[in-house]
Amino acid sequence: MPLLILRRLGNTIPTIVAVVLVIFTLFSVIPGSFTSSGDDGRMLDAQVMERMRKELGLDDPLHQRFGTYVVNLAQGDLGNSFRTREPVTKIIAQRLWPSLKLTLAAMGFAILVGVPLGFIAALKPGSLVDMASMVVAISGLSLPKFWLGLMLMYLFALTLGWLPSFGYGDGGIRHLILPAVALGVSPMALLARTTRAGVLDVLNADFVRTARSKGMSEYRVVRWHVVRNALVLVLTTIGLQFGSLMGQAVVVEKLFSWPGLGSLLVDSVFQRDIPVVQGSILVIVLFFLLINTLVDIAYVIIDPRIRYG
Amino acid sequence: MTAPALLEVENLRIDLVGEETRHAAVEGVSFRIGKGETFGLVGESGCGKSITALSIMGLLRHPLAIGGGAIRLEGKEIQSLPPGQIRRLRGRKIAMIFQEPMTALNPLSPVGRQIAEMFVLHQGASWSEANAKAVEALRQVRVPSPERRVKDFPHQLSGGMRQRVMIAIALACGPDLLVADEPTTALDVTVQAEIVDLMRELCAANGTAILMISHDLGLVANICRRVAVMYAGRVVEEQAADEVFRHPRHPYTRGLVASLPLLGSRAAHGRRKLAEIAGTVPAIAAYPKGCRFNPRCGLATEICRVEDPAATPLPGDGLVRCHHHD
Repeated sequence: MPLLILRRLGNTIPTIVAVVLVIFTLFSVIPGSFTSSGDDGRMLDAQVMERMRKELGLDDPLHQRFGTYVVNLAQGDLGNSFRTREPVTKIIAQRLWPSLKLTLAAMGFAILVGVPLGFIAALKPGSLVDMASMVVAISGLSLPKFWLGLMLMYLFALTLGWLPSFGYGDGGIRHLILPAVALGVSPMALLARTTRAGVLDVLNADFVRTARSKGMSEYRVVRWHVVRNALVLVLTTIGLQFGSLMGQAVVVEKLFSWPGLGSLLVDSVFQRDIPVVQGSILVIVLFFLLINTLVDIAYVIIDPRIRYG
Repeated sequence: MTAPALLEVENLRIDLVGEETRHAAVEGVSFRIGKGETFGLVGESGCGKSITALSIMGLLRHPLAIGGGAIRLEGKEIQSLPPGQIRRLRGRKIAMIFQEPMTALNPLSPVGRQIAEMFVLHQGASWSEANAKAVEALRQVRVPSPERRVKDFPHQLSGGMRQRVMIAIALACGPDLLVADEPTTALDVTVQAEIVDLMRELCAANGTAILMISHDLGLVANICRRVAVMYAGRVVEEQAADEVFRHPRHPYTRGLVASLPLLGSRAAHGRRKLAEIAGTVPAIAAYPKGCRFNPRCGLATEICRVEDPAATPLPGDGLVRCHHHD
């Protein structure tokens, strides 16, 4: 098992290299630069611009800048922010925990609501519960996150006054609930649908008929033979959703003024603070890869047929 | 009939239920199986033999449902029992083996555990007792080194081994009747004989009756005392097994017997094409009027196209359903 984990982590290295290459080239060729695009539309004096470009090393040839970047990256140095001159690693470290907290809470909500909902729907196909849960699932998938966020704010913060409308506050759970739900509704809906389909699939399997022929109650059939098999199918969706959630959080973080990586990314893009942009994207990609590796390992634990060579 | 009937199927009808339609997939099927008797049900795919088996197990699922008739186990009607009660018969009184040993076992559960479930369910055993019994059950079906094999998952076993596991599960609680639905069809020919011998031997030792369902008349006649031949949802002939071979009464049965390859016949008679029955089994919604075999039958006359033949009793407790039987 430890060998397997090492091997899976090793497999992610080419992806990381490719991502680093793409991010770097992309932000080197897109128009606009830090010196020319200020928040306030300021136009800098030509001499000042010249000095800044030199200082930040923007005049060096691309391959040379890339070389420096990679060498620094290998030492865990993501460079310094153009704007604040602080190390990017430090800026990201401050944002990482709020981001993780939001992603985990949203995914927790999605799993705890979506999977049971899909399960109940599949066990009573055509019932009221089934239809109701699928209505929830379809609307959950089609509602835009920012609109949903606004509605949640309006209802629970403005009208009912139960929860704070935005911000990080003291980092407690009250501030977390609304953004987590806004972010978690669409993966929840998707999970409900895939769980329902997965469970229905397993319920039609030959081995479930065998289980029934053994004289088992439906409860035992589900407990002993359906749950684990359905879980394998559900796990794929959980992995993909979970991994991409940190990237999806951009909109929700902006809306709720949540001090996570998403809002950091948006701000930095507007300011062409390239080192911060590169660093944030890298962390989001690493998170995706990490989750997928964890899911692959979970497969091996659940399904004895799966062996990674 | 000397032995009291263990299973009695009388005038069974199974419907294929649509939105507004009900088509009889199986109609007027009757047979009896005595205690410890081996009974064969033969027919092409789609003739209704498998759903007849499932209906005995109470395992018909929508869109199939019992539409009439009776299924009696030791004289007690079971087709109308509430689900909770028929469930108690499954595994304990009647057990079933399925065609595909690959998919009939849970891929994520060790085979030992899948056998042990039977002891936990029906004998109230603890898991550790049940696991010990599972080793014994595997030894009985002659799986080598059962102590190690119980921990194996289905994909680690060969098809023949998996079917042995299925037999171990089915016979775990000493049922009175074993329903075997094409138990050897998915297996290599060399393994087929082993599995059939094993089934026959274990059932004979425990006094378990067998309802063997197969498209293979040769196999069924080999191990069953009596054989019923099904065509398009009806039993067209029922006789003692050797009688079916020696003297098939229904044209369809004659076709089946003629289509069996005979070992050594090529040496004796030279190269000959195997006989076949022209045409295909009709769809359930399109069963022909009159005798259902008439479009494929060489002997068909006007009456066959109009009137459904009644069951004619034969000497020795058999029957045939044909206007022109011998």
